[in-house]
Amino acid sequence: MDYTQYPDARGHFGPYGGIFAPETLMQPLAELTEAYAKYRVDPAFLAEFEADLQHYVGRPTPLYHAQRLSAHLGGAQIHFKREDLNHTGAHKINNTIGQAMLAKRMGKTRIIAETGAGQHGVATATVAARMGLECVVYMGAEDVARQAPNVARMKMLGATVVAVESGTKTLKDALNEAMRDWVTNVDNTYYIIGTVAGPHPYPMLVRDFQSVIGRETKQQSLTQLGRLPDAVIACVGGGSNAMGLFYDFLNDDGVAIYGVEAGGDGIDTGRHAAPLCAGRPGVLHGNRTYLMQDDNGQIIGTHSISAGLDYPGVGPELSFLKDTGRANFVAITDDEAMEGFRLMTRMEGIIPALETSHAIAYATKLAPELSKHQHIVVNLSGRGDKDMNTIARIEGWTL
Amino acid sequence: MNRLETVFADTRAHNRAALIPYITAGDPSPLLTVPLMHTLVDAGADVIELGVPFSDPMADGPVIQRATERALTYNVTMRNVLEMVMDFRRQNQHTPVVLMGYANPIEAMGIEQFAREAASAGVDGVLTVDYPAEEAQPITDALAEVGLANIFLVSPTTPYAREQAMLKQASGFIYYVSLRGVTGAALSDLDEVRAKVEELKSQSSLPVGVGFGIRDAETAQKMSAFADAVVIGSALISTIEAVADQGEAAVLAAAYGLLSPIRAVLQR
Repeated sequence: MDYTQYPDARGHFGPYGGIFAPETLMQPLAELTEAYAKYRVDPAFLAEFEADLQHYVGRPTPLYHAQRLSAHLGGAQIHFKREDLNHTGAHKINNTIGQAMLAKRMGKTRIIAETGAGQHGVATATVAARMGLECVVYMGAEDVARQAPNVARMKMLGATVVAVESGTKTLKDALNEAMRDWVTNVDNTYYIIGTVAGPHPYPMLVRDFQSVIGRETKQQSLTQLGRLPDAVIACVGGGSNAMGLFYDFLNDDGVAIYGVEAGGDGIDTGRHAAPLCAGRPGVLHGNRTYLMQDDNGQIIGTHSISAGLDYPGVGPELSFLKDTGRANFVAITDDEAMEGFRLMTRMEGIIPALETSHAIAYATKLAPELSKHQHIVVNLSGRGDKDMNTIARIEGWTL
Repeated sequence: MNRLETVFADTRAHNRAALIPYITAGDPSPLLTVPLMHTLVDAGADVIELGVPFSDPMADGPVIQRATERALTYNVTMRNVLEMVMDFRRQNQHTPVVLMGYANPIEAMGIEQFAREAASAGVDGVLTVDYPAEEAQPITDALAEVGLANIFLVSPTTPYAREQAMLKQASGFIYYVSLRGVTGAALSDLDEVRAKVEELKSQSSLPVGVGFGIRDAETAQKMSAFADAVVIGSALISTIEAVADQGEAAVLAAAYGLLSPIRAVLQR
């Protein structure tokens, strides 16, 4: 099966994806699909994107062999794809650079975005500042409180941060509010969605802009390891860092793929954010995908220590990869993620984001099951500075 | 003729626009929904649009979001809404009821199962905000199978080609969204609305209703000059919300008080 043929022309990944959007957005989505179809093969567009990734973002990011952590675990060699070293500290900027370039070519003067942990908001505010575009970022009120450093960064960059008080006051409500803004201001506004979810063409175009992660990883593996890795691991909230890493490996059957969802207090407690592990398919935010929902189709509140994983849906391509069995999806609890965070920080001198810590925690489980001649690549999707307040509270420190 | 066809034949014969009030089922409390529906009919409603509460109403403005949140404090489900329609039908067999909501509560029940249960409850049509024509064929087929209308929204941004695709699946009436924005936003350009409504009427024999942004009798009257129906949503919900803590009689009186003057100006 050739995974690179998805989605189809209508945005479907098997039964998932599609365009389940209000009528007012159908024409803007069609215009975006058309613009992207044109520019994704335009040499000038691609050259500008490549140049920005190199000179502004700092790519390629290293593939780093964590020798001490690997030796400590006594199994497979663990390598980290250092997306935390990107400008703004996470993988998110790969996508915002690409979409801002599209916005500019489409003649839009105003950028909006939703954000959970604030990394996508910062990456959006950054490119908007650089291009001189007005920028409004919607963020759940609960996330505004727990990700204060990123809120400050967005404001410094000139963005307006709107705290969303409706619903559960987290990422899903920020997305609802951004959609409402877009419905109201479609004529001059470009909506930069931060993950591989939303209506077509977003899951495809965000994946494409992020797929540089997997392309570099593959090249670096061949150069540094002399072969492809045995397994790749990424945390999954909406799924952009995961699809970014996975995409180039989908047709490589020898590479096992693991997506790590937020297990919160534990899957059996119901307090988690793991739709692929414990949800059912439904329709939310413009696409059909696995969702956290009750028997009546209401979306239920999620729980995770990590704001960036605190989302009841997931990108439709990941739902498809679950059903086909190409990827494995597992859950890591808040406590396990904290253990992964501590181990990484002390053994490798790298402070990872709490989102990323879920992927690290799963690597610490998987590595001992493999031989020391095998290789695992973990997407180190972001750095942990933004989580200082949360970590200090958990560890009982006063900042 | 079904109930929707009968209503529009009647309003056309009497040279007036139909009045379609919208309320959210379960707002301000589930016990008030059926009495409110009867009051809306007494005040002159020709069709009732009943909102099905959904946790993530991404196309709704703050007024209907709050109505949805109030309804969801009672955990109002799709089956509860269908029970309300069944209850309403015990006294009223002539006023069409159209359900308006989002896809996921329908998906959770199963599209065919939903269509069958809606038909047997006495629902006449269904409008699903996030089933655009591209994704609507399954529900269009399921509703047609049981004789229910599938009502589509057309917006100012809808191009001609999409209108054509939609009209192939649309039945009952067409709901023209008179502005770019969420429910309850302010209306701007009446001439643009008129032009689009006339364009739609020239392509289809279906009646065209206009909604989003109609707050008072004056606007409703202007719309009624060219629209087959006017939908009053957020303005009605706000009126109900303002007296929600004063009990059933106050809620019913307020809804009646808002609608009946609007009904009076729809005669052309």
